[in-house]
Amino acid sequence: MTLPTGTAADPDDLAAGADEHILGRGLRNIGDMIRLKPKPFAVGAAGAMINTGMTLLLSYIVGWVVAGIAVPAYENGEVALGTVLLGAAALLGTSIIRFSSMCARRIGAGVMQFGVQAEWRRRITRRYLALPVSWHQKHPTGTLLSNANADVEAATRPLAPLPFACGTLFMVVVAMIAFFAIDWAIALVALGMFPALFALNAVFATKMAPRAKRAQELRAEVSAVGHESFDGALVVKAMGREAAETERFSASAGELRDAMIGVGRLRAAFEPAIAGLPEIAVLVALLVGLARFEAGAINLEQLVTVSFMFSVLAFPVRAIGWVLGDLPGSVVGRARVDHVLAATGDMAYGDKQLPATTAPATLEFDAVAYAYPDGHEALREVTFTVAPGTTVALVGATGSGKSTLAHLAARLIDPGRGTVRLDGTDLRDLDHASLARSTALVQQIPFIFDDTVRANIALDRPGLSGAGDESDDRLWDALVAAGAEKFVLNLDDGLDTEVGERGTSLSGGQRQRLTLARALAGSPRLLVLDDATSAVDPKVESQILSGLKDSSEAASVLVVAYRRATIALADEVVFLEGGRITARGPHTELLRTHPPYADLVTAYERAEAEREFDGEFDRELAAADTDHEEGAA
Amino acid sequence: MTAQETPTQPGPWETVKRGLQLSPELRSGLGFTVFLAAVTALGRLVVPIGAQQILDEGLLGEGGPDLGYVFTVAALGTAALILTTLANYVMNRRLFVVSEHALAALRRRTFRHIHDLSMLHQQSERRGALTARVTTDIDQISQFLQQGGMVLVTSTAQIIVATVVMVFYSWQLAIAVWIVFIPVTWMIKWLQKHLASAYTSVRRSVSAMLSAVAESVVGAGTVRAYGVGARTSERLDASIEEHRRDQTRAISRSALSFGAGELVYLGVNVIVVVLGAFLVADGSMSVGELTAFLFLVVLFTQPVVIGTETLNEAQNAVSGWRRVLDIIDTAPDVADPVDGRALPEGPLGVRFEGVRFAYPGGAEVLHGIDVDIRAHSKVAVVGETGSGKTTFAKLLTRLMDPTSGRVLLGGAPMREVTFASLRRRVTMVPQEGFLFNGTLARNVRFARPELTDAEIYVAFAELGLADWVETLPAGLDTELGEGGANLSVGERQLVSLVRAYVTDPDLLVLDEATSAVDPATELRLSSALDAVTRGRTTVIIAHRLSTAETSDEVLVFDAGELVQQGPHAELAAEAGSVYAGLHGSWVEQTRSN
Repeated sequence: MTLPTGTAADPDDLAAGADEHILGRGLRNIGDMIRLKPKPFAVGAAGAMINTGMTLLLSYIVGWVVAGIAVPAYENGEVALGTVLLGAAALLGTSIIRFSSMCARRIGAGVMQFGVQAEWRRRITRRYLALPVSWHQKHPTGTLLSNANADVEAATRPLAPLPFACGTLFMVVVAMIAFFAIDWAIALVALGMFPALFALNAVFATKMAPRAKRAQELRAEVSAVGHESFDGALVVKAMGREAAETERFSASAGELRDAMIGVGRLRAAFEPAIAGLPEIAVLVALLVGLARFEAGAINLEQLVTVSFMFSVLAFPVRAIGWVLGDLPGSVVGRARVDHVLAATGDMAYGDKQLPATTAPATLEFDAVAYAYPDGHEALREVTFTVAPGTTVALVGATGSGKSTLAHLAARLIDPGRGTVRLDGTDLRDLDHASLARSTALVQQIPFIFDDTVRANIALDRPGLSGAGDESDDRLWDALVAAGAEKFVLNLDDGLDTEVGERGTSLSGGQRQRLTLARALAGSPRLLVLDDATSAVDPKVESQILSGLKDSSEAASVLVVAYRRATIALADEVVFLEGGRITARGPHTELLRTHPPYADLVTAYERAEAEREFDGEFDRELAAADTDHEEGAA
Repeated sequence: MTAQETPTQPGPWETVKRGLQLSPELRSGLGFTVFLAAVTALGRLVVPIGAQQILDEGLLGEGGPDLGYVFTVAALGTAALILTTLANYVMNRRLFVVSEHALAALRRRTFRHIHDLSMLHQQSERRGALTARVTTDIDQISQFLQQGGMVLVTSTAQIIVATVVMVFYSWQLAIAVWIVFIPVTWMIKWLQKHLASAYTSVRRSVSAMLSAVAESVVGAGTVRAYGVGARTSERLDASIEEHRRDQTRAISRSALSFGAGELVYLGVNVIVVVLGAFLVADGSMSVGELTAFLFLVVLFTQPVVIGTETLNEAQNAVSGWRRVLDIIDTAPDVADPVDGRALPEGPLGVRFEGVRFAYPGGAEVLHGIDVDIRAHSKVAVVGETGSGKTTFAKLLTRLMDPTSGRVLLGGAPMREVTFASLRRRVTMVPQEGFLFNGTLARNVRFARPELTDAEIYVAFAELGLADWVETLPAGLDTELGEGGANLSVGERQLVSLVRAYVTDPDLLVLDEATSAVDPATELRLSSALDAVTRGRTTVIIAHRLSTAETSDEVLVFDAGELVQQGPHAELAAEAGSVYAGLHGSWVEQTRSN
């Protein structure tokens, strides 16, 4: 039993509890990301500034075209060809700069955004590999996947419009200066419009944040329900629960729909207003401009320039709105990313090396206790030794703590109290590589990588993954020993057959034999088998175990087993009841002295004996009946 | 086998047409929405026309500046803007409400259809891919409908409206603008193709990256035990880097393609300035009209630029829609019969008549099975791994249909029996019985939601498992975790057995359902089941021969053939037979001391 417990810092609470700080935290997040990738940001922002500068310049050129070309042409009735060509050339030049700066802006933004994403993904997956198995058990696979994918994307989303927004801010400043240079009254119109536009965008972003977050959560929920339901598709089908599952899914999908409609209503209200405000401002500016023109404060060229500037500014200002709109989501995403990056409890490894020998190792459990995070004690006061070259069978009822013990032996988890030692050294003091070279764990549920048979067995370990025949020989030896050579020979590409995600192209028994071969190929000094031979022929199993005893590659073995044949091969039996060792010793002795043990392992025999007895009894009864009937007749 | 491998992909229009057919909600009121979009597009004309009017009539008009006229234009313009903004609001609202309702229905329908597909079909697809059909694929459609789709409509409307007004101001200039515009659209189309291929590789690399991450998470124990963290992180880094490279390439191509819009703008502007100057000079155009024209050029080119972006979104949406439709249009190969019949009341016997089976694209695994399983009987099916006994179980519960021959249940051909009747009366417990995230009680209630806690407890007690429930930290309310991860493998099997037991089926099929349970518990379960199964037909695919010994009859499979059939004692006595061999090795492994 490993129960997930609420972790101290739930990222969602972190984000929800601090709504008022979203702007601050969002900007800090952006600052962190800029520090991570300063160069592409600089390129993107510079591109954006040049681009917006060119856009402003275009306003002047258009104003000049009207006043300097069109009006004289209208008045004179003829065209000054040189001026027209100059106008065309100016437009051409500005447009080319605009084009290249726009590319710099977008590509800079992309390089930055994807660079930060890749960096965080590398860090997150490094943490996944470093954090202990117990941490993994506390976090659903789906959550960990979305931390590395959707959350990273959400956290970096403001980066896409960021350079554009920076360029726009710059442009607004420049435009304001230009407005003031042209005329104070028109500048006041602009001074009214920009803050109003920012405010509208900010209100929109704040109102949107909780709704967008809710929609995002519901999207994750819909995905989780769908994934789980398809994972259990066989059970759903076998029990005819398709309709009920569809209702369950629909309920989540319906909530998502309502949340999205909420998002939509808000957007429907704000977006047209945000788009319409600058247009109204253009009309107002024209009106004011006209009054100023009347008063002789500005000329026609300036009037056209100003109104054109208003209309070209309207769209880019929205980029600032986009950044603001993405902030709340990015804060939530960042909090989730940090939750992984800050997770502690790394399994620290020591630097002690085990002797470079192939001789079997000694495994000692010394007063070991282990409790799950919920406080439920799985193992208590476990003390026993696997002497070099011996096989110890771990026997116990379903749920008695055998797998936990196997995981402790291979250091997937650390004991709460007590010590597990290999060759006299505490496992916690051992170098990881040295420990991995010396021990091999075969788990109850085989795990297969999406790769070839060869890669799955060799796992790039020295001596196994070389190109030569020598490594191949060792792989085949392991396959033969695990009883897997026949099916591998029958695969289309032999050792180089791709086995698919989680080994889907193989049967359960084949997967189990592959993981056995993986363990044997490394010539471990200690082999831990966690009920890993249920699909293997008993003869193969006994060959494996006796091979490990006698050969040059002898190993100590800890085996979780039910089969009497397996148990009989063991030198000693450790019997677990409710997380405690209640008996230890040779199988025959325990059979005699410890009734619960005898009950468990001789269950089949006793059942048969009882049946035989019942059978005789029935036959006697039948015989008696016949006698009786005969007598009556 | 998989839906993606359809040889000829339907074109985008066919996909959209078929999609609209399946979601009639989307079509209702479509005309009104498009009308509102057109009104919104008209709103964009207010400023250019207003500017022209103000300049020409108000400022440069005969009789000098006319402020009153300017105010009228400005007021009318503001009113028009408010009106079109309102239209925009109503349009967006409608769009969200309609599309979200339609897509929620589509999600539901797709979800159900995936469950209706045959087991083999489901297994041929990755779980993640199936989930994507009801999540991200549909999200893409909704995103497009709500943003890109309407942008596309308003953009088109804007281009049309701008053209009409341009023609009104100066037909010569309008023609010139279009002459520049047409070749540019070809270029954009060409760029789009390259862009689409770049995004295809982005999608491929993201799914490869997710697989790599999933592997490092699901296989965390193996990675740690074998100390292959370095190898795993190398692979992760490689997939992350490839995804980054693909994304960067796509954004670069997209920037270039976006820039194409800039070229339109450039070309159009130069034409307008040069030609416009001559037109103004010979008096066929006013200064105000030329100014308006310069505004109109922005209005005309902006949708081209934005449209380029949305075309890409449109492509994603259409391919998402296509993937969803592919699933929905895949007829389940093991289907619920139309006008099917219910199973006859009472106990169920089974009859296999000349049943052969081959997995798609594979060799035959069952070579003509003829067998009768009497109602009420307890039958054990034994054989080596790969002898065909699991295939037999799947045919028995109609998770698959035979390639030839037929299976009769209670005398009724299985293909004619409704799923409702079949699944209510027949239950199978697979070896890896999937548990759902939730409490123990919720899992048992899976098939019978109406059960009370007390009834569930009684079920555990009847199977001799009350003690085990007592050992759990919260009894029936214990959270089992994702896929039952908080329980050991053997415990998970106990739960899935109880879950099947409470459905009280007339035919119970156990496919190595207790393979990870300790012998004593297994025997206790099996005798408990015997005690409560009087009147039920039970077929047990056995991994331990203890089951065979207590069965009424044993079916022995070898290499896809039914080689022996009869009571245990009889079969075991046939010297040299397959069963005698199996039994011999079983005795050896359970009795040797």
